[in-house]
Amino acid sequence: MLKFICPICEIETDETELIPGGEAHLKRVGPGSSDQNFYAYLFERKNPRGIHFERWLHSYGCGKWFHVARCTKTMEVFGTYSAQEIKPPKKILDAIKKKLPNGKNVK
Amino acid sequence: MKKYSAFSLIKESFNNHFGWEKAWKKNNLKKKYKVVIVGAGGHGLATAYYLGKNFGIRDVAVIEKGWLGGGNTGRNTTIIRSNYLQEESAAIYEKSRSLYEKLSQELNYNVMFSPRGVMMLCQTEHELRAMKRTYYANRLFGVDTEMVSPARMKEMIPIININGPRFPILGGLWQPRGGTARHDAVAWGYARAISNWGVDIIENCEVIGVNKNQNKINSVETTKGTINCEKMCFVVAGSSSILAELCGFRLPVESVALQALVSEPIKPVMHCVVMANTVHGYMSQSDKGEMVIGGGADGYNNYTQRGSFQHIEETVRALIETFPFISRLRQLRQWGGIVDMTGDRSPIISKTPIENIYVNCGWGTGGFKAIPGSGWATAELIANGEPGELAAPFSLERFKEGRMIDESVAAAVAH
Repeated sequence: MLKFICPICEIETDETELIPGGEAHLKRVGPGSSDQNFYAYLFERKNPRGIHFERWLHSYGCGKWFHVARCTKTMEVFGTYSAQEIKPPKKILDAIKKKLPNGKNVK
Repeated sequence: MKKYSAFSLIKESFNNHFGWEKAWKKNNLKKKYKVVIVGAGGHGLATAYYLGKNFGIRDVAVIEKGWLGGGNTGRNTTIIRSNYLQEESAAIYEKSRSLYEKLSQELNYNVMFSPRGVMMLCQTEHELRAMKRTYYANRLFGVDTEMVSPARMKEMIPIININGPRFPILGGLWQPRGGTARHDAVAWGYARAISNWGVDIIENCEVIGVNKNQNKINSVETTKGTINCEKMCFVVAGSSSILAELCGFRLPVESVALQALVSEPIKPVMHCVVMANTVHGYMSQSDKGEMVIGGGADGYNNYTQRGSFQHIEETVRALIETFPFISRLRQLRQWGGIVDMTGDRSPIISKTPIENIYVNCGWGTGGFKAIPGSGWATAELIANGEPGELAAPFSLERFKEGRMIDESVAAAVAH
């Protein structure tokens, strides 16, 4: 079972009290964008086998969204951070880099 | 290829069954093929089969990273039905179901297709109304289904609890021609047929790249060497995004885990397949007597072929209300597969941004039932370069054009 530290409650939470929200840090495109960009925003996800930055909702807890860095191949969690961050913080990128020094996703 | 028959069985029994030849050959990879199909699961093998059968294209390699039928083909709950709401879906699934009916004879390989009937339960007023709508749609489209009353359901499936309390049975949508088949045998049967034509099935051969010239590929790099090809089609379910990335585009799919489990074997208690969509569970009894149970997919991206414990618990908890007797059964095995989900829960059989690459993916939680129809439609697409009637609605373009084939509402979880 997946376990994260909710960055707001600062307690360990598990999957049963969370709701997954898919890929994080999507750039929203709005009216005036090209069809291709709008399609990409709506449907084209990275869906990597490896490091995935994603959103989770602490539904049966504080009720807030937060971000998680997780590996979809090994289920290793590299940390959680606030939903207000627009990109992953250095601490988490360092943790990933330590695990995967060549910067490549795990195969 | 030796024909399987009662006579060959008798003949071989005099030989202590040492005379049987291997069902398919393990050939070495050649340098060049007309068509390379990536993925030796049900859909990939069926595609190769109908390419050979309907279009005479037999200069084909089916390459596979793992082993034949080792992905979702070997991990599903083997349900075959075609009672879909949307016309486009009903067309391809009904084609598939009708091909399944004669598949054993056609392949000379017993796929154990058992048209034992599929019952979809209505456990809320809304579901009853939605199923009636599906029933009318099915009638208009010529898919043989009927609505049954709770009393008749109890007669047909004595182990069912129709009184609730939480989710009483209000009716059911019954497809008498649906059923199950032996999943491995479907892959093995197709493999045997295409291998006999000289199609190479290469296992342990992973695609690591493609060589592009402008908007066309001319060869595929694999762990067993480079293959030149005129056309390539990838049929790799949960790994579709990875292959698409290698080819330089993205697909509107996400990979999640879907689990299933079987109980210990018991005497026959239920002759048909039962699907309870409201509570996310479906169950049938295998020929060995195990209760085969499937449930909902996980909600997050996953490539581990393991799922979450609580989903199994939810599924079983829900089914115990409808089938109280299963509470005393022990679980024998549980497993997970990686399924590629699209936004509208309908598959993709399509051309791609690369001219000579085709894709068949997005079957999500319900690909097994579609194997023959999907292979038929994909073969047509590869051979002609343009989709035929069956495949045309399932193009990638539909997402851009907002032309969804929305089965997520109609079929919900239980596909």
